[in-house]
Amino acid sequence: MASITLQNIVKEYGTGAKAVPVIHNLNAQINDGEFVVIVGPSGCGKSTLLRMVAGLEEVTGGHISIGNRIVNDLEPAERDIAMVFQNYALYPHMSVFENMAYGLKIAKVSMADIQTRVDKAAGILELRNLLQRKPRELSGGQRQRVAMGRAIVRQPQVFLFDEPLSNLDAKLRAQTRLEIQKLHRELGITSLFVTHDQVEAMTLAQRMIVMNAGVMEQFGTPEEVYNRPASTFVASFIGSPPMNLLKQAPGLIAGQILGIRPEHLELSKQGWEMRVDTVELLGAERLVHAHLGNEVLTLRLDASMTAPKAGELFHAMPKAGCVHHFNAETGKRL
Amino acid sequence: MIERRPGLDLLSHLILLLGVSIVAFPLYLTFVASTQTAEQISRSIPMSMVPGNNFLESYRLALFGGETSLGSKVPAVWPMMQTSLISALVISIGKIAISLLSAFALVYFRFPFRNFFFWMIFITLMLPVEVRISPTYEVVSNLGMLNTYAGLTVPLIASATATFLLRQFFLTVPDELVEAARMDGASPMRFFKDILLPLSATNIAALFVIQFIYGWNQYLWPLLVTTNEDMYPIVMGIKRMLAGEAYTEWNVVMATAILAMLPPALVVILMQKWFVKGLVDTEK
Repeated sequence: MASITLQNIVKEYGTGAKAVPVIHNLNAQINDGEFVVIVGPSGCGKSTLLRMVAGLEEVTGGHISIGNRIVNDLEPAERDIAMVFQNYALYPHMSVFENMAYGLKIAKVSMADIQTRVDKAAGILELRNLLQRKPRELSGGQRQRVAMGRAIVRQPQVFLFDEPLSNLDAKLRAQTRLEIQKLHRELGITSLFVTHDQVEAMTLAQRMIVMNAGVMEQFGTPEEVYNRPASTFVASFIGSPPMNLLKQAPGLIAGQILGIRPEHLELSKQGWEMRVDTVELLGAERLVHAHLGNEVLTLRLDASMTAPKAGELFHAMPKAGCVHHFNAETGKRL
Repeated sequence: MIERRPGLDLLSHLILLLGVSIVAFPLYLTFVASTQTAEQISRSIPMSMVPGNNFLESYRLALFGGETSLGSKVPAVWPMMQTSLISALVISIGKIAISLLSAFALVYFRFPFRNFFFWMIFITLMLPVEVRISPTYEVVSNLGMLNTYAGLTVPLIASATATFLLRQFFLTVPDELVEAARMDGASPMRFFKDILLPLSATNIAALFVIQFIYGWNQYLWPLLVTTNEDMYPIVMGIKRMLAGEAYTEWNVVMATAILAMLPPALVVILMQKWFVKGLVDTEK
């Protein structure tokens, strides 16, 4: 097991004047045994970052260390890591057993050793009675487990996951999420997990990196990221429905943006006067979309409360201590 | 055409029968002629459509050569078949080996002028052997390869078609598979051997069938580079029987034609399952 250090990481595609920067000077320290999720919208550079750690992409500038070794110039196989791919990348002509054993066979591990390691991994992932099948005879969830099994048998220092759940249906995704958590608890291997799904990020992460346009916006625990977002981007990206960001509100200083989570707005006798646009019932709760002056905002109310109807005027106030202030120009938290 | 009408069924069967008979009739004629004696063929005009009783004699003569009932000498076809078989196998296996490696290089390695090389290979697709036949002959003869298996096969081995086909197939192999193999520590050649080759098995089978027939049917090139009878392939043998003697032994010629058709037909029949699979679907 090992820590991962990302030091002044820069990635550019192309060279010279035509170079397109993808990742700008990123620094992060991932501790030994930690489960870190990298989350961001598509094109933010999160997959590129993971692939640089994996050694599948060259690093333009900076250093990547795994344990005490700088791995910039090492081949993927020499980095002592294992990766689970989005499409699993199982070898179609090999059985489940051969798929899991292939890396070990190349590393010249003895056959007896391979048997025990694969058997152990298959036990953990409940693949024992599928070992002789070909990947095409497996369901999506089973393939996913084989991909994880292939990573486990190598007993690596670091696990890398590249959106491994995005090809599963919603139910299986929730279930696999739990399995990955369990696996991490049991093996305690440092893991980097890339996703664009904030629910996955919030539920899996011990700490999460939120990325936008090649910049690390925030690195912290899910609680920190949710409760104290470092920028307006993080505030609007994490949480559903997203945080209300108001440029104009009663009592707001010019040049600032006020952020309030939808669940932190409460109906009141006085306070801000708003007009309801639409109301959505989601079962346990109700989303009220309303206008405050020119600003649009969303309230999340308990479904049992009587909610204002569309077109009506009502009053609401943010809960005390639950408002966030951001710099209007930089978007940074104040 | 989901309609069910007996008239339509009848019509389509008629058309199919017509098609089959157009293709099959010459084959049948060849076979019938090979079972008669030379006299029977030349005397009865038109030729009898009923198989004769000279089957064994015709094929014995064709295969092993000898003197016919009319006194003319017939060369043995058996050694020619061996020559044809060896060249066809060398050509098809050589073509596949070279094409696999060059397609592998073109798809998986980044080197200067990669596209230039691809286009050079692609352009040669448009040049059949006949176009470059005189310079090729010059080269082969200067290298002293006339009347050798090398001379018969090497110039035909480089194949733009097979390289192109395999390149297109390799491009459909997902990149993640390459990356997974890299993570597993597989060297490029190891990846080629363990993953790429098994995946292209059906393509290789299809190519083998096509190239075997191509090699077997070569006529013009062997005509140029062989002057020694020991090196004549069977296709040339047929032609020689027609022009050689004053009197043509049609039954032997036809028997030789049937013999020349058998190996390619066998290859197609034996590899049919793989062949169709390779052309139709790619399993990923």
